[in-house]
Amino acid sequence: MLNPALARRDPAAASRLMLTLLAVALLWPGLKLSELDLGVLFDGSNADTMGTFLSAFWPPEHSAEFLGLLWQATLETLAIATVGMTLALAVAIPCALLATRALSLSALSRDGRPAWWAQVFRWPVRGLLILLRSIPEIVWALLFVRAVGLGPTAGVLAIAITYAGMLGKVYAEIFESVDPLPARALLGAGASRLQAFFYGVLPQATGEMLSYTVYRWECAIRASVVMGFVGAGGLGQQMDLSMRMFAGGEVASMLLTFLLLVLLADLLSRLLRWRFA
Amino acid sequence: MKLLSRLLIPLGLVASVIAAFTFLQLESAALLSRDGLGQMAAYASGFMSPDLSPAHLQAIGLGTLETLAMSAIGTLLAALAGLLLALPAAGRFGLLPQATSRLLLNALRAIPELVWAALMVLAAGLGPNAGTLALALHTAGVLGRLFAEALENTPTQPGDALRMAGSGRIAAFCYGTLPSLWPQLVAYTLYRWENNIRLASVLGFVGAGGLGQMLYMSLSLFQEAQAATVILAMLLMVLAVDSLSAWARQRWVRS
Repeated sequence: MLNPALARRDPAAASRLMLTLLAVALLWPGLKLSELDLGVLFDGSNADTMGTFLSAFWPPEHSAEFLGLLWQATLETLAIATVGMTLALAVAIPCALLATRALSLSALSRDGRPAWWAQVFRWPVRGLLILLRSIPEIVWALLFVRAVGLGPTAGVLAIAITYAGMLGKVYAEIFESVDPLPARALLGAGASRLQAFFYGVLPQATGEMLSYTVYRWECAIRASVVMGFVGAGGLGQQMDLSMRMFAGGEVASMLLTFLLLVLLADLLSRLLRWRFA
Repeated sequence: MKLLSRLLIPLGLVASVIAAFTFLQLESAALLSRDGLGQMAAYASGFMSPDLSPAHLQAIGLGTLETLAMSAIGTLLAALAGLLLALPAAGRFGLLPQATSRLLLNALRAIPELVWAALMVLAAGLGPNAGTLALALHTAGVLGRLFAEALENTPTQPGDALRMAGSGRIAAFCYGTLPSLWPQLVAYTLYRWENNIRLASVLGFVGAGGLGQMLYMSLSLFQEAQAATVILAMLLMVLAVDSLSAWARQRWVRS
């Protein structure tokens, strides 16, 4: 049996201590760069301002005039998400058709693998989709606010562009993941690519496409609230204004509205997905 | 009934799309007119020649490091806070603490990072500090919930055995529960860190430091060339993080 004095010591203590020290040494410059300082939060004047701001959160603002404004802003947020998604669909579907390997003619005689030159022709569309979705939507929103002015148009365009990139990529992958034999049979029998798509691919892909689209619509609602902070309209823009005026009650009711909206969108999207899937 | 729902749902969708278009009254005609398109093209052409001068590149390098530091420190803080909140949320201290901590976690998680950032800029002033705190708050909510679920699903026998052999609560947790929990905690934390790198680059739009603040500044000053370089840097960072994590996932997580 082990020496009891020895057994009380953790045998791995030394290596754990070294790992911890190494991690701290690596993170130390990060701590400097991020200027982390929790003390600021409890600093005299700062804490006072925040205290009054937070104490105004209860009761949430509920005058009739403000509620009317809130209703308008909420509708605007929903409309931005819906219109943005519609435009995104209009761009995403043609792009997905161009980018997918599922409708490749050269793949017919090559066991499902397109010829190299056919893949080269697909790359520009794929690259475009990557570019569209890799820049965050809020960056697009900021750019469009400068280009077309404050308001919902910038939000709509930003959602349309980013979500076109995401939907296009996912749709192309869905088309490739379904059973390829019906489309190949149609293509082999002389159908055009669009005919092969509509009768060979689409019937199998509809459920998955719809459920992903509804999920993305839900994300678009959240994104359109966030984009309001750079001036792209909707609930976020009102929230930004109220925060700048330190109107705690208004911020509280808007946060509550936002939570409610997200909850309802989640419910609706679950309902629709359950119906379609 | 089935026919009804088959007809009603698509009709409802079409109607809501039309309602949304009319509600916004998009001035697409003005936007797509020759004048509007010309203006857009003139604006976009400013971005076609990014500023690649050494001084600006150095500033961008610093901004990128700041963004990475914000995300790393924010995620680390969030992991610590998340673990502290996950213990009561997993029901280790009774029902009342469980309900309270779950409510707190949900509230932290439900408010988006950018809203937290706007609030933190008010509370702690402009700069990366606010961004770090905002990331930490939102991520603490996300990680706390994931940690609590992991804690609930982890086997209790090793901890129980230690407790029965007479060890204290803390020792039993550290040497009985934590070893089997650890890999999951690390995996969740790394995954959130990856997300937070992407988010940290845009938190600056409300004044919370990093690359976003640089972009906001140069756009406000109509320096399109400088802004274009910042966007390129963001794009490169996102693509690098994406491919790195895809590679790491294939390398280590292949099951």
